[in-house]
Amino acid sequence: MKRVYVNEEWCLGCHLCEYNCAFANSGMPDMALALKGKPIYPRIHIEEGEKISYAVSCRHCEDPICVRSCIAGAISKEGGVVKIDKDKCVSCFTCILVCPYGALAPNQDGVMQKCELCLQNSCGEPACVKGCPNKAIVYEERGE
Amino acid sequence: MKRYVIIGNGIAAANCIEGIRSKDPEGKITVVSEEKHPVYCRPLISYYLEDSTDLERIKYRDDGFYDRNGCEVLYGRKAVRIIPEDKKIELLDGTLLPYDALCVAAGSHPFVPNLQGLKIVKKKFSFTTLDDALALEKAIDEKSRVLIVGAGMIGLKCAECLADRVAEVTVCDLADHILPTFLDFTCAAYMQRHMEDHGVKFALSDSVVSFEAKKAHMKSGAVLSFDVLVLAIGARANASLVTDAGGAGGRGIAVDECMRTSIPDVWAAGDCVESPDVSCGARKLLSNLPNAAMQGYTAGVNMAGGSAVFDKAIMMNSISFFGLHSMTAGTYMGELFEEKTESSIKRLYTEGDLLKGFVLIGTDDRAGIYTSMIRNRTPLSSVDFEMMKKAATTAAFSHAAREKMFGGMV
Repeated sequence: MKRVYVNEEWCLGCHLCEYNCAFANSGMPDMALALKGKPIYPRIHIEEGEKISYAVSCRHCEDPICVRSCIAGAISKEGGVVKIDKDKCVSCFTCILVCPYGALAPNQDGVMQKCELCLQNSCGEPACVKGCPNKAIVYEERGE
Repeated sequence: MKRYVIIGNGIAAANCIEGIRSKDPEGKITVVSEEKHPVYCRPLISYYLEDSTDLERIKYRDDGFYDRNGCEVLYGRKAVRIIPEDKKIELLDGTLLPYDALCVAAGSHPFVPNLQGLKIVKKKFSFTTLDDALALEKAIDEKSRVLIVGAGMIGLKCAECLADRVAEVTVCDLADHILPTFLDFTCAAYMQRHMEDHGVKFALSDSVVSFEAKKAHMKSGAVLSFDVLVLAIGARANASLVTDAGGAGGRGIAVDECMRTSIPDVWAAGDCVESPDVSCGARKLLSNLPNAAMQGYTAGVNMAGGSAVFDKAIMMNSISFFGLHSMTAGTYMGELFEEKTESSIKRLYTEGDLLKGFVLIGTDDRAGIYTSMIRNRTPLSSVDFEMMKKAATTAAFSHAAREKMFGGMV
């Protein structure tokens, strides 16, 4: 199963991944139309320390605590991908309370969303990886 | 073929089924369900009444769940006795069900005190099951005055969902502040003001002495009039099936980290069990949905011959009232770090080299990073805790720890 991995030595902290993610999941044909002048709600975010930066998105854990903790039965894991059913989510934020990586955040309507590897959107493969200028984010198999 | 029996059909039971099936695709699973519904999201009954979910979406698993997992569900049936020497359980109608592995996931029941005059109150409800919510929905209209006894989570979620549907909602509690099990006076006062701004009235530090048909006489001398009464005083674990059969337990069924009870071939999970709280070491009822799910799954794996351990239970809660979120976890002990703003409260409790607990109101970006530190007993000396006080971030961990989190399988 391919997953998204980060290499913090190579991350420039440019935040392009956040924009590419927000655009890929916007359903809009044009990036400027989708994002310009609006607050963005990406499913990946840059964490920044004193001398480091790196991108964080869902780890698609082997035994995901968010799936077991969801009080609405809205999070499931299918074919190795942890997914949220937005119709079932009640925005209780229990998944935020339990995710050890801080990988989930609400969308513009307060409904939870997370990285689903762009498998269902227009990009078809992780947009964060595709657009990373320094290959600090990769999509690959690393032994199950 | 192994025969599995699960008593209960809630969250712990559903996860137990998934745990069994992760190891044994063949064995026969029988579920004894007192309620006549397939497994549903119990905490969502208030969301149902405020129209944020419906009878379809409130289902915890899809319609094919039991069939796909080869389960027979006995709806409307109640288990009354475990007979460990015969490895059978007895149902209320006398049926005997044999088991090779039994999971007691019987949940809890609302505690209703024997208050004077309670019998003559016609419209009175508990608020823990879907049937409670459906019955309550029929009893209310826009003119109803609702009195809720109990300012815990259940009482307040009930108050929230009724606020826009009825004329008046009043919550009374013997405690001097709301949510007494997980907020202290200051934090609770903040949440209470927010709820009052949305029309909920409170009568705290006061308790009902007696009822008339539509009146509650309070200890303070006050008289509260109501049309509909909701009793949300507290819950009691359904532990007696196991303790009556000679199994260990106190307020809940005693289980080990594999969810085994002291009776051979009998496991237990969910709101009916008590287990060690990893944040303080004490054995407790740790009733919440995530624990029930993780315990149920663990029990299922072990019932089917696997080896799973769940030894990281803590109390934790994420709840909102009228849009204001509160997240709490662990035990409030040791040294306190507090940060307040106009619209938020953050409290972190540390003891020695460990984070023990937290309260976050109106601020909750990545709270799970704090929660995992409590559950994993992450030494504070291994992270930049000064950085962590400002905001929960994995950037405060060591490079090596981050390599593990983001560079490999987790």
